[in-house]
Amino acid sequence: MLSKNQARTFFLGGTVVFFLIFLGLSWHTLAREVPKQTNAQNLTESVIRGKEIFDKNNCMGCHTIMGEGAYYAPELTKAYERKGEAYLKTVLTVKEPWAPRGRKMVAYAMSDQDANDVIAFLKWVGEADLNGFPPKPDLQSKVPVPAK
Amino acid sequence: MKYKSQQIAWWFFALSGVLLLLQITYGFIMAFAHLGYDGLHDLIPFNAATATHKNLLVVWILSGFMGAAYFIIPDEAEHELISVPLAKLQFWSLAIVGVVAVIGFHLNWWEGRKFLEIPRPLDYLVVVNVLLFLYIIIMTLWKGKKRTTTSLVLTMGLLFAALLYLPGMIWFDNQTMDSFFRWWVVHLWVEGVWELIMGGILAYLLIKLTGVDREVIEKWLYVIVGLTFISGVLGTGHHYYYIGTPKYWLLIGGIFSAMEPLAFLGMALFALAMYRKGEKRHPNQMALYWTLGTAIISFVGAGLLGVAHTLPAVNMYTHGTFVTAMHGHMAFWGAYGMLVLGMITYAMPLMTGRKLYTAPGASYAFWLSNIGMVGMTTAFAAAGVTQVYLERKVGMDFIDTQQAMEVHFLVLIAAAALFTTGIVMFVVNFFKYGRPTDEALERS
Repeated sequence: MLSKNQARTFFLGGTVVFFLIFLGLSWHTLAREVPKQTNAQNLTESVIRGKEIFDKNNCMGCHTIMGEGAYYAPELTKAYERKGEAYLKTVLTVKEPWAPRGRKMVAYAMSDQDANDVIAFLKWVGEADLNGFPPKPDLQSKVPVPAK
Repeated sequence: MKYKSQQIAWWFFALSGVLLLLQITYGFIMAFAHLGYDGLHDLIPFNAATATHKNLLVVWILSGFMGAAYFIIPDEAEHELISVPLAKLQFWSLAIVGVVAVIGFHLNWWEGRKFLEIPRPLDYLVVVNVLLFLYIIIMTLWKGKKRTTTSLVLTMGLLFAALLYLPGMIWFDNQTMDSFFRWWVVHLWVEGVWELIMGGILAYLLIKLTGVDREVIEKWLYVIVGLTFISGVLGTGHHYYYIGTPKYWLLIGGIFSAMEPLAFLGMALFALAMYRKGEKRHPNQMALYWTLGTAIISFVGAGLLGVAHTLPAVNMYTHGTFVTAMHGHMAFWGAYGMLVLGMITYAMPLMTGRKLYTAPGASYAFWLSNIGMVGMTTAFAAAGVTQVYLERKVGMDFIDTQQAMEVHFLVLIAAAALFTTGIVMFVVNFFKYGRPTDEALERS
């Protein structure tokens, strides 16, 4: 039967081994892969400022980005592609709360510059390789279209 | 138990109870907003409500852990805490940082990083606060007569939790890297080192409540925390599927997070086996309910509901939907919420000399909160599955999907009302105990 000493060795040994593997993989991911997958060369000053503004206003407190955040407002990963620059700019600069069918967003009334930076950030996010996320709706084609 | 300094735990437990009630209030604000009733939008916009809800969760659980540590460590080490005034200072600084953070969230002072919204200047104060806490705990252990496995595992968990807070304080320009390290804090806390803390507290409660030999309990404690790290560290990979990180995380995260329920299963089997093996019938049966409850509900909420959406092919569709909220609510409640309430239920009669665990309110608090949480989890599941199918699989517009989900928020609010009733009864019972006394501690 397992002794207390053996149990301790299992805990300490397992922890050290798996933590080292994790550190190694993390290093490989961050140093080698993430810059390629996220087009780190395109992180312009505007994109970085956009991320700062995005963070400073806790946009993740309502939206998700790369699938992370809160579930009160739309996923933003592909917002640039889906809605286009003009639409995003209106939402960010408008002085009254943007409220599609009643769900209110905070009216940020951003300056042109700030809005452009946030849009640059969203464009950069949209171009990252997220291993296929967000998925394409795979049941859409199977929804029957009623005969007219 | 005979150490007067253990009384300091009362303050931390009181703060836990009050913050839990406040956390629930913000939960209601968000649930009503989802139903379209967002009358507080100008004062408390949704992002302020969610930041407050999540951070209050973290703070009330941490406050409970700290109270538990201040209660357990003197008892295990057979030594008074090295300084009660320092512990009091640590308590008040924690409470003040918490209050300032929450007020700041309402004034747009935060970082938009889920669970780690506390702004950077306050982060430094948190670090100082935790260092002070660790100093008191570690020095007490150092000077104590005994260093038991239970107390070492608990202290190790607290120490690692403090260390892991640091990667979350580094600024990255790249959203992917930012997120990568955010999970070092959030995941490695809740599915890693917090489980050490949980294991330590659970072992302590089982030793006290079942009377089973310490050596047996502590041996299995090692096995369980071993399983936690073996599965949980690489299990972090399930957060690295779709955020701009390489594909090998799909495989690694998938395999190791599928193993994560084993630690929780181990915890549940361990608690039940020790309960059946125990010959002692401890009078505080409510403490035993919470202890066995935390072991079982954490397996369901953290283990089973986690694995339900952790496989990459499933997570592709559930990532960033209410399916996550389903898992999150029952996991936090089962693993950490119930554990803290169990610790409070065990400690209060010993500190005050009153036996309110036999009051009907104590039993109702347990059942109502748990039945309410099962209802809330079911409502989140229904909302989540609806969202996955309509938005992700059929491609319906976001707001159309949200409107189709509204009915589930009605159920959520009804279930949350039950849950809240239970929690209010618990907190009322807590305050009815009154303050700890030296005489009560000596008698116990």
